[in-house]
Amino acid sequence: MAVSTRMIIAGCYILLAPIIIGLLDGFDRKISARMQGRKGPSVLQPFYDLKKLFEKEFLTANKTQLFMIRSYLALMILSGIIFFAGFDILLVVFAISTAAMFLILASTATHSPFSSQGTHRELVQMMSCEPMELLVAVGFYLAAGTFNVSDIIAKSSVANIIYLPGFFVGFVFILTIKFRKSPFDISTSHHAHQEVVKGVTAEMVGKEYAMVTLAEWYESAILYGIIGLFFLNNNPLSLIGAIVAALVVWFLEIVIDNTSARVKWQLMLKLAWGVTIIAAGMNLFLLEIIRANS
Amino acid sequence: MELLVTTLICLPFLWAILPALIHNSKCRAFFVYLGCGVVMVLSVITAVQWYLQGGKTLELNLPYQELFNHLFLAGDLFLMCLITYLAFKYKKYYAAVLAIAQTVLVACLEQWGPEVAETVALRFDWLTFVMILIIGVVGSLIGIYAVGYMHGYHIHHHKELTDRRSFFLAMIFVFYGAMFGLVFSQSLIIMYFFWEVTSVTSFLLIGYTRTEEAIANSFKALWMNLLGGCGIAAAITVGYLALHTVNLYEFINIAIGSPSEMICLLPIACLAFAAITKSAQFPFSGWLLGAMVAPTPSSALLHSATMVKAGVYLLIRISTAMADNFVGNMVALIGGFTFLAASCLAITVSDGKKVLAYSTISNLGLIVACTGCGYEETIWAAVFLVIFHAVSKSMLFQCVGAIENTTGSRDIEDMQGLMSIFPKLAFILMVGIAGMFLAPFGMLISKWAALKAFIDTNSVYVSTLMVLFICFGSATTMFYWTKWMSKILGISPREKSRDLTKKNEYISMFVHAIFLVTLILGFPWLSKHVLKPLTHDMYGTFKQVISYQNIIIMIVLLVGIFVIPCINYLFTRNTKAKEVITYMGGANAGDNFNFISSTGDPKEMHIANFYMEDFLGEKKLFTPAIVISSFIIIVYLIIVIGGSF
Amino acid sequence: MSTIHKSPWLLHYDGSSCNGCDIEVLACTTPVYDVERFGVINTGNPMHADIFLITGGINSQNADVVKQIYEQMPQPKVVIAVGTCACTGGIFKECYNIKGGADTVIPVDIYVPGCAARPESIIDGVVKGVALFKEKAAALAASERK
Repeated sequence: MAVSTRMIIAGCYILLAPIIIGLLDGFDRKISARMQGRKGPSVLQPFYDLKKLFEKEFLTANKTQLFMIRSYLALMILSGIIFFAGFDILLVVFAISTAAMFLILASTATHSPFSSQGTHRELVQMMSCEPMELLVAVGFYLAAGTFNVSDIIAKSSVANIIYLPGFFVGFVFILTIKFRKSPFDISTSHHAHQEVVKGVTAEMVGKEYAMVTLAEWYESAILYGIIGLFFLNNNPLSLIGAIVAALVVWFLEIVIDNTSARVKWQLMLKLAWGVTIIAAGMNLFLLEIIRANS
Repeated sequence: MELLVTTLICLPFLWAILPALIHNSKCRAFFVYLGCGVVMVLSVITAVQWYLQGGKTLELNLPYQELFNHLFLAGDLFLMCLITYLAFKYKKYYAAVLAIAQTVLVACLEQWGPEVAETVALRFDWLTFVMILIIGVVGSLIGIYAVGYMHGYHIHHHKELTDRRSFFLAMIFVFYGAMFGLVFSQSLIIMYFFWEVTSVTSFLLIGYTRTEEAIANSFKALWMNLLGGCGIAAAITVGYLALHTVNLYEFINIAIGSPSEMICLLPIACLAFAAITKSAQFPFSGWLLGAMVAPTPSSALLHSATMVKAGVYLLIRISTAMADNFVGNMVALIGGFTFLAASCLAITVSDGKKVLAYSTISNLGLIVACTGCGYEETIWAAVFLVIFHAVSKSMLFQCVGAIENTTGSRDIEDMQGLMSIFPKLAFILMVGIAGMFLAPFGMLISKWAALKAFIDTNSVYVSTLMVLFICFGSATTMFYWTKWMSKILGISPREKSRDLTKKNEYISMFVHAIFLVTLILGFPWLSKHVLKPLTHDMYGTFKQVISYQNIIIMIVLLVGIFVIPCINYLFTRNTKAKEVITYMGGANAGDNFNFISSTGDPKEMHIANFYMEDFLGEKKLFTPAIVISSFIIIVYLIIVIGGSF
Repeated sequence: MSTIHKSPWLLHYDGSSCNGCDIEVLACTTPVYDVERFGVINTGNPMHADIFLITGGINSQNADVVKQIYEQMPQPKVVIAVGTCACTGGIFKECYNIKGGADTVIPVDIYVPGCAARPESIIDGVVKGVALFKEKAAALAASERK
């Protein structure tokens, strides 16, 4: 892929990702409200919230928090750039977990009971998800023979989902955890439940919380991108399929969110690892067998 | 060159006499510093000179080789007698049985066994180059650290123990000598001698305090390592009786030459078994965990630069003979399994040193798995890991030791907010931890290469299992390091107090930190000028393990992870912010550490990490892990041994 | 144009209420009243909240707590006292442990009377609070510009 194309896509990512994901979030809240028989807020609500948070007074319990959160945001954008510019997908996964490290450090720096509780749950969430994220990268390598995102697309004549159905199922499963949706909204409560106050983000005020939200949007964009990658091939028209798939997954997550109650972390860990081993592990094993025989 | 190498091996042994004889504390300290300095300089000179000569593999003999051969034999017998004496003294007869059986076997073969081809004693190549630098530099730094630490240990903290510092410091020098000898030797007979020396020395170091626990643990270490020694003895036996050579490299060539002949694989399997015990893989992890009872410098020495690295070194040596065969599969599975199991166990313990011990086992597991795979990329990754692991682990152990001496506890729960009370120690700890697992430092690059190679491994089962091991293992690894890291940062309820860490301890730790940062920044250079020739030496091909593009991305990430926080720090340093107390449901008693309890009195709040003992606890996992790994080893050994007859 | 009033996040604190008003506050978030259509989120965290909604009177135990929570809310912020008890101390006013309404410890902006306050009036109060929130934000921005 030409350097200029890479730069254009990466630039689009930086500019458009928050807009698109913010809008999706707004529709999410609208649709959830309608599912519950409510009117719901405006679809632009996430942007209003973000703008307000930036305008609020800045209070803090520990000043080091702010720079760590900014680093979290910056590194998350960097991971996104690596992904959308078409570089190594395995490095993207590693970069995301490194970025998440800064979130963890920011939230424990305050020595607050609620944010510490949330942080440890967040760590459990990361531990539940990480094997599957790495395995997705492995799956693409097996299917397309490379970790490079641009090569994965260029080298596949058919959508990789054909080879990777198990990986897809596993990945969609952990997306619920990644998006902090019920039943796995363990580390920070998404809605009106206030068990851990706001978990990881409990001590983050105003612009800090805004930046965390923004970073999560950038991360979501990468995750939807990976969903799309399952459906992309060297035919440009497959982009439509990828977008449709991402939207379907997005809708599925809303349905799951609205129809389930939260679980304990033990069950989450067991479920996530179980699904990873069964769905992705089986798929991996089959792919290896096919490769060994060909 | 010959002279340099001989001096390098012999000098530490001779120097060990000095601290053993001098009992004046100041005078002894001087000679230990001097000795460590000499060892370090000597190893660097040797390495640099060899490098400047073009980095060609050298085969050399010791001067008076005959005499040395007799010395080695006498040494073997002496060690046997020593072990037997101690075993009878403490009524651990099994150790004596193991020692006598193997030593007698080797000695008899040497004296009356069939003739074998004369071999050159020593060999100097790229892997040796890397190893002597690690042993010489990291090892001597630990020696320097040990002087100050042991002073504090006896004078401030453990007044009840007999002061046997002379013995301790002497043993450290013996260790250097044995390690140098081990990495140079080409003849298995010589290697066997040095191997036994490391086993016995570590046994003596672990039992240093002579408490009941120390003695029990030291014998545990001894029998496991002697079992490994039996592996080498068995390899020598096969060499004498079937292959007519005792040259390690001949073994490797024979195994590569006829990979389907089990008899050719047998010595490799025996050596691999020995190496697995030495590098504390499951089921032999117990000894390394038990080694924690010893004073910190010896743990640092055993865990980072020496001892466990001896096992890993041997595995890297023989890895070319393990590509895609039963032995390789065994080693890879044991390594991968250990990587996962030990990192799960590391989550459940809160003792800092124990976490480090489990993480050592786990990291070595990854290295072992890489060698078992036996591809060029994995060897590249393995050597990389060895280097990174030696430096960062040595630093971490020293740091935890210093923290224990200063705060009186090495429990991670007590390290809350270390950054605000002992910033220097906390900084070192952070650098060490970051070096162990954060992207894009050493571990990440290696994990990347290892994962890629494992996917490409031929055996379907091994490949699938290994990929799963690595993926799950990196998740659990991330968990225990991150939660430790998050404990250190932040604020502490305790007052600042005096830092009891000695100057020489700081010198050693800061030098380590500088090394680590240099290694991270110099990684493309290291890859090109050391690792590439190394793999070329072993495989005869040049292969770009990591693509140019990825190197660029990693450098970008690296810069990102250093620069982004720094810039952000500078930007936000002067941000106006109103300080508030943290949210505790509005019940704070005026600060962040106390809350108003139901009785109306302030109470201190305790925040503890997750340890998941019900989920992954030692009680739950340790025994199954041993059973599973024993099963893997036994099955594969039966395949290889059964196939040879 | 400032849109700050479109995202008022709410913190609900129960003083020594009989829980009648609390039930009504929660009723506001249900489908029938759906206060979220104004962008209101019922957050549990003072650090994230814009509107502090108190039910029940202040007693000597919770006076410090209320003050502390108020301190932990970033500017601009609005306080709404919901129900008679929060406004004046109500039926419990003469109790030995009761200090009175919420305004005995923190400045209250909007009073919503009723025992228990009806959801309609609570929403009415919140909407008034939102308008005040916007004013306060504008005033704060103006003072910062100076």
